[in-house]
Amino acid sequence: MHIAPTRPGGKNRGLRPEPMDAFPQSIGLALSLILQADAVLWRVVGLSLRVSATACLLGAGLGLLGGAWLAVARFPGQTLVVGLLNTLLALPSVVVGLAVYLLLSRSGPLGSWGILFTPAAMVIAQSILVVPLIAALARQLVVDALREGGDELQAMGAGRLLTAVLLLAHQRLAVLTVLLTAFGRAVAEVGAVMIVGGNIDGVTRVMTTAIALETSKGDLPLALALGLVLLGVVAGINLVVGLVRRRGGGPLLAAGPVGATG
Amino acid sequence: MVLTQRGLWRRSLGVLLTGLVLAGGVQAQAPFIVMASTTSTEQSGLFGHLLPVFKAATGTDVRVVALGTGQALDMGRRGDADIVFVHDQAAEEKFVADGWGLKRLPVMYNDFVLIGPKADPAQLQGKDITAALKKLAAGSASFISRGDKSGTHAAELRYWKAAGTDIAAAKPAGYKECGCGMGPALNMAASTGAYVLADRGTWLSFKNRADLQVLVEGDTRLFNQYGVMVVNPAKHPHVKQALAQGFADWVVSPAGQAAIASYKIGGEQLFFPNAAK
Amino acid sequence: MSALSPSDAAARGWPAVTVPAAPAAVVGRPALIGLQQASVRFGERQALRDVTLQIHRGDRIALVGANGSGKTTLLRLLNGLLVPSTGQRLLHAPAGAPSGHAHRPVTAMLFQRPFLLHFSVRRNLQLALWLAGVPAAERPDRLAGALARVGLQAMAALPARSLSGGQQQRLALARAWAVRPDILFLDEPTASLDPSAKREVETLIDEFGHDGMALVMSTHNLGQAKRLAGRVLYLDAGRLLVDCSADHFFHRTDLPPEAAQFLKGELPWS
Repeated sequence: MHIAPTRPGGKNRGLRPEPMDAFPQSIGLALSLILQADAVLWRVVGLSLRVSATACLLGAGLGLLGGAWLAVARFPGQTLVVGLLNTLLALPSVVVGLAVYLLLSRSGPLGSWGILFTPAAMVIAQSILVVPLIAALARQLVVDALREGGDELQAMGAGRLLTAVLLLAHQRLAVLTVLLTAFGRAVAEVGAVMIVGGNIDGVTRVMTTAIALETSKGDLPLALALGLVLLGVVAGINLVVGLVRRRGGGPLLAAGPVGATG
Repeated sequence: MVLTQRGLWRRSLGVLLTGLVLAGGVQAQAPFIVMASTTSTEQSGLFGHLLPVFKAATGTDVRVVALGTGQALDMGRRGDADIVFVHDQAAEEKFVADGWGLKRLPVMYNDFVLIGPKADPAQLQGKDITAALKKLAAGSASFISRGDKSGTHAAELRYWKAAGTDIAAAKPAGYKECGCGMGPALNMAASTGAYVLADRGTWLSFKNRADLQVLVEGDTRLFNQYGVMVVNPAKHPHVKQALAQGFADWVVSPAGQAAIASYKIGGEQLFFPNAAK
Repeated sequence: MSALSPSDAAARGWPAVTVPAAPAAVVGRPALIGLQQASVRFGERQALRDVTLQIHRGDRIALVGANGSGKTTLLRLLNGLLVPSTGQRLLHAPAGAPSGHAHRPVTAMLFQRPFLLHFSVRRNLQLALWLAGVPAAERPDRLAGALARVGLQAMAALPARSLSGGQQQRLALARAWAVRPDILFLDEPTASLDPSAKREVETLIDEFGHDGMALVMSTHNLGQAKRLAGRVLYLDAGRLLVDCSADHFFHRTDLPPEAAQFLKGELPWS
């Protein structure tokens, strides 16, 4: 059971396409994949989206709160913690995958959970990957907004953490952009999900691991085509989000002076 | 907006838990085992052919995690797999001897082939792998090694040794290690016109051949034996012994062996069942 | 009424200031917030130095001084947004509070540019009520009352940020009014408004004062100070140099030289 598109022109396996043909061929393949509505392909796409979206939701919960807190907390060594957070932005996904694998392995501390090689493990790994991103960006948003409204919210009776959270709620669109960025990072990564998911056909195979598999099998046009499909799906999501924003924030965008964070 | 501060926290917690449930609910419901196997076996397409037959016969799903042989055996040692299916007899026997696996059952064999550019600058074409490698060692033609503790890599090192070259001590001039799977190694050979040792299964399903072709085949030393071992429940009590044993017993049974033999690519049989009678 | 005593002034090397006793109306009004030798330091910079004063119910105070003299810092200190580096800030329970009940004076603050969240006018008010701890049952009435008080009922559903400058400041006033503060602090509330908006807002502030709110307002506009204030605090380089009635400040000659200079410089512009 693997993604086996009927290729236009009826090419069969074993033929040797010239490497540079891979690009135009892959575009045609991508279109035929989408049009054929290959069930296996869409299951893989669906899993990619579910895993990354769940990871972003979890990451948002921790990251937004953590970033807001870090923006207003005062404790010794705060600069160090912020520096560490910014360093974690460069955390390689394969390192996260390895760390989570060692934790969830049967020989590891959390082995009894038994969730290695399942989508739950992939969600956990990707959450760890996006939390620093969301937290660092949220923190910056709050720090910038504090200059504008921190005093006033505090004067109205908000505690420090509540002020930070209100400032985030105030910048809904900026926060949405942060979450979309995190989603992009999650859905595009392959290192973590490969290691903790195992790329099991029908269970933990997602778009990126499928692309990696087809690449190592030498089917480059198909790998590129899958990449195009993934980009297409994410573009579709962004389109929908944009429409929802416009409809929901109607008056916000139609009326006069709007804050810079809009 | 009739919110209380508590209400906010409660709502966030709800989102968190829903997320976890969503993630958990994605799992399949049929009984399953996790099998650690090799990338070359998976990429040959054998599992796509074999496992549905097994599922139809027993109702058990087999979840294959494909790694190099060394990693697959490590996975067995860590208890992250219920059953291991690889092709490195020496390593497998050690696995059982160390107590990590129950009895080793031979299942099937396929063969390795030496692949190289059609022009064959080092003139390796023939039926003798040892002779070919001797010529390679003497010259400076490029050779790609997987270098990843896989069964293929272990076999490759054995052939070099038989040809009188100790890779650890002195590598031939054109020897390049990529630390990668069979597919990527073939990709590299295709783009640089190098020689590479591959299993026939991966080669037959490999699509990016450029001008590569089979140069040395048929040498009995190139035969590659596969074995299956259930992970020892004494070491890892959570191992699904009954289900895993079910697979081991089936794959060496006439039904399983016939399924293996019936797998063909382009009319060619890849794997030759040889379970002990 | 707290002013520098002649001996204090002499000790500091300033010319003695004789200030008449507090106007009779102030005597007998309960104190709400007091500062006792309070200083505020930001790193190297001394923003406020040994400030001692009391704010009473019904006070209408104008806080004047050059830029950087510490007006904003003093307002923030009085409102509890800052903690004094030395000295004390004291809160007094408003008269009539049940004994033993820790009741602090309720305060609200207006800034030069009001910070309104990216929500509707109504939601901004609801947030203010929620933050102030007003019970849910009372909120709708207070909200409607506040909007009516400042004349913004028609705009309740609009995004707060789409209002004009004057309307936004009126919304800030509504926000303050809704929590029924004992003291309203204002930091140059009309400085960025055009003349007609300035008048609207000033009128509202005046009315709030008449409604019983104590007002402490910093301003550059001495005409505004004359119109609204009954008492003037003059700050110079972080020191409270003058604390007297507005009448005295604007019409007498026995002020410290800095204050006199300030008046001379600012007056033509008010």
